[in-house]
Amino acid sequence: MAAMLEMRGVSKSFAGVQALRDVNFIVEAGQIHALVGENGAGKSTLMKVLSGVYPHGSYEGTIVFDGEERRFRDINDSEALGIIIIHQELALIPLMSISENIFLSHPPARFGVIDRGEAYRRTRQLLAQVGLRESPDALITDLGVGKQQLVEIAKALSKQVRMLILDEPTASLNETDSAALLDRLVAFREQGIASILISHKLNEVARVADRITVLRDGRTVDDIDCRTEQVAEDRIIRSMVDRDLAHRFPERDAKIGNPVLVVEDWSVHHPLHPERQVIKNVDFHVRRGEVVGIAGLMGAGRTEFAMSLFGRAWGRGISGRMRLDDRKVDLSSVAAAIDAGLAYVTEDRKQLGLILADDVRKNITLASLDQVAPRWVIDDIRELKTASDYRNRMRIRCSDVFQEAGHLSGGNQQKVVLSKWLMTNPKVLILDEPTRGIDVGAKYEIYCIINELAEAGKGVVVISSEMPELLGICDRICVMNDGAFVGEFAGADATQESIMRAIMRNQKIFGKGVRNNDMPAGEMRP
Amino acid sequence: MTGKTVSLPEERRHAGFIKNNLRSYGMLLSLLAIMLFFQVVTDGTLLQPVNLTNLVLQNSYIVIMALGMLLVIVTGHIDLSVGSVAGFIGAVAAVLMVRYHVAYPVAFIACLVVGAAIGAAQGYWIAYFGIPSFIVTLAGMLVFKGLALAFLQGQSVGPFPPTFQKLSSGFIPELIPSISELLPSADALHPTSLLIGTALALALVYASAKSRAREQSHGIEVEPYAFFVGKSAALAGVVLYFTYLIASYHGLPNVLVIMMALIALYGFVTRRTATGRQIYAVGGNAKAAKLSGVKTERLTFLTFVNMGVLAALAGLVFAARLNTATPKAGAGFELDVIAACFIGGASAYGGVGRVGGAVVGAMIMGVMNNGMSILGIGIDYQQVIKGLVLLGAVCIDVYNQRR
Repeated sequence: MAAMLEMRGVSKSFAGVQALRDVNFIVEAGQIHALVGENGAGKSTLMKVLSGVYPHGSYEGTIVFDGEERRFRDINDSEALGIIIIHQELALIPLMSISENIFLSHPPARFGVIDRGEAYRRTRQLLAQVGLRESPDALITDLGVGKQQLVEIAKALSKQVRMLILDEPTASLNETDSAALLDRLVAFREQGIASILISHKLNEVARVADRITVLRDGRTVDDIDCRTEQVAEDRIIRSMVDRDLAHRFPERDAKIGNPVLVVEDWSVHHPLHPERQVIKNVDFHVRRGEVVGIAGLMGAGRTEFAMSLFGRAWGRGISGRMRLDDRKVDLSSVAAAIDAGLAYVTEDRKQLGLILADDVRKNITLASLDQVAPRWVIDDIRELKTASDYRNRMRIRCSDVFQEAGHLSGGNQQKVVLSKWLMTNPKVLILDEPTRGIDVGAKYEIYCIINELAEAGKGVVVISSEMPELLGICDRICVMNDGAFVGEFAGADATQESIMRAIMRNQKIFGKGVRNNDMPAGEMRP
Repeated sequence: MTGKTVSLPEERRHAGFIKNNLRSYGMLLSLLAIMLFFQVVTDGTLLQPVNLTNLVLQNSYIVIMALGMLLVIVTGHIDLSVGSVAGFIGAVAAVLMVRYHVAYPVAFIACLVVGAAIGAAQGYWIAYFGIPSFIVTLAGMLVFKGLALAFLQGQSVGPFPPTFQKLSSGFIPELIPSISELLPSADALHPTSLLIGTALALALVYASAKSRAREQSHGIEVEPYAFFVGKSAALAGVVLYFTYLIASYHGLPNVLVIMMALIALYGFVTRRTATGRQIYAVGGNAKAAKLSGVKTERLTFLTFVNMGVLAALAGLVFAARLNTATPKAGAGFELDVIAACFIGGASAYGGVGRVGGAVVGAMIMGVMNNGMSILGIGIDYQQVIKGLVLLGAVCIDVYNQRR
């Protein structure tokens, strides 16, 4: 098959930093081409060159599309040829309808007046094409993230897309929604639409990709044709990080002690719909030195459970008993929870975890200012030393602790958030999706930190949607579904199948379908 | 980590330092440039002792309110009511002292308490009910403008008792017999003021030298020595020069002493205390701050209470200066105060802004008002120019941040 797109010898540098070096990237018509690599490997830069975000002249090399050399001046030039990029941060307007969003830039109009009937008709067609059953009138804000992603794709289709670029489309989707999205890409392949898929999830890549290009430090280091070669995840990982990860999860000698956190009969209601019980009278405990995983689909109530424990940061009408270190505690505010020795590392580090415009130092000390500010006045030397200690200990890669947190990569940002919580010296840490959106190397480091914490006798709770991760690091896995625990496995006995079976069996019994993530996880108590 | 800074050649380190610091001192340099400009075009009138003293008196209430407004803006809010509140408090003071002959200190305290209550009333809706501050304080602006009118029954009330007037028109008492008494030929310099100014200059230099030495002893990278000496000398020079100018008129005005104390206090609280840090955290990312144990609602509430107290103080200073409370007092102050904060580098999105910046911003506005008035530029074009300066200052700031 002829190449639809050829990028030849592309190099690009920013202020002395070489982001891309002589990259060759060839996409054939009607293929799903995966682009993988660690954060900072140059994937996004390459895609920005392709879509014209970096105009011709700001990079070296050539772009040939449909057999002709192209010199895009901006993103409109590439869109005119049907090259559409969907960014990780969705660009939809929350309080507008699906139809209004899809036809935002080019509404069907007669004499400048928008033809609503025509817009609806075409929106319905597009929604059918992406397999989304929603009214064109539905507001974006009422949809889950998975459905929003599909709206983005419908929007791309409305522009006669020929090549769809998706930047980590499944990062915030649950397994069902991810599968639905990938099925769409396969369906588009049949229609001759090529896709470039940037993803950290190698199992997905292996499932749908026809070809995989691996980038490392701005170079192409591997190019795998999946139709002729066997795809081994290990090979991809090796190319990505240039080291053999024989063990993706570090070993640990579990020394498990007495229960440190015990929760009984815990019940939480939705903050906006007080009649809806989100967490249903559950019992839960963690022991010293134990890593407990909470598995479940998105919307199962895991984040809501964790945040309700953490000083009632989510939900209302909270009831139940909680014992920390064998003492009864009433954690009615986040400050009280921190004082009692509880820490919660949020799943959304940009929105809820970090102050992106502040430097690393201020972010690390924010939750324990009393330690660096005895008698109210901040001892800046002590603060600087403490922050630098954490930087070294956690191997946060930054020029110094005065660097803005927003300028760090995802993995390093996560380490800053972890440092903040370690500094509070907690007895129990709840880590919510601690490795979401961070690259393989940084993931391994996070696992090592989790192990160190457990070895130091702390109780660690890990909420994760990546089952291999839970299987790899947990001593015990609790399965949550629809606000209740429906299964519990010893880490060694659990398998992906047994966990999934526990969820599915429960869903069948109660006759409920897999629910979408209709509960905004980041919602705060009003 | 890499120890790169050690291997850098000396000149490059200096260049880097100057570049980094240019941004933080940029506003101060623009203020000096603007002063120099008006000093030249007004043939030296701007920096004549009497005019400089007037400049301070004219702008004191704007500076006082800018301190509170900075905190409000840093938490990500705005307060449009401060002008009306200042006017209203002036009216309350007049009614208490002139109509009911309440003693000055009692009335003074009562006015500050009323200011705090006003701030609390507005802050309550903003912090605990989540109503946008723009709307709450817009309502407050109308309410207190109206109440001031009602309190004064549409008339000007005055004059105030002389002791109260001293708040704005008084100068610190002379403790040392003037040089003029010893040396009849010397001009009437005020030695107490001169002494205070000199002590201030020395204290500033000593404090920065001490903090530099402390950082150095802990192995923290500090600015190059030459740069430090130059900066300290310039700072001390400017302070001493202005002290000399002020001392050669009537000495330090009372209100300048109050202002300096407040600037020092707010500068310290915002930069060096846990509360200050938390206020910036709320503005930077309220949700993240809340999940880090910061009591975000309470802090927001308190910044508005604080704003109310400072607006009340400013209202008292203004009323004392005019020696009468008028229903129109305070109109439009909020715009100057907000402009001062934004010219001084505060971010409209919250989380960014410095006390020093807001003060310099207020002084830039003040010097321009004063200088243009001396030049005889009409109030019409003064507003045009001030508007353009505000836009320009913020544009430069945004441009710098993009780079």
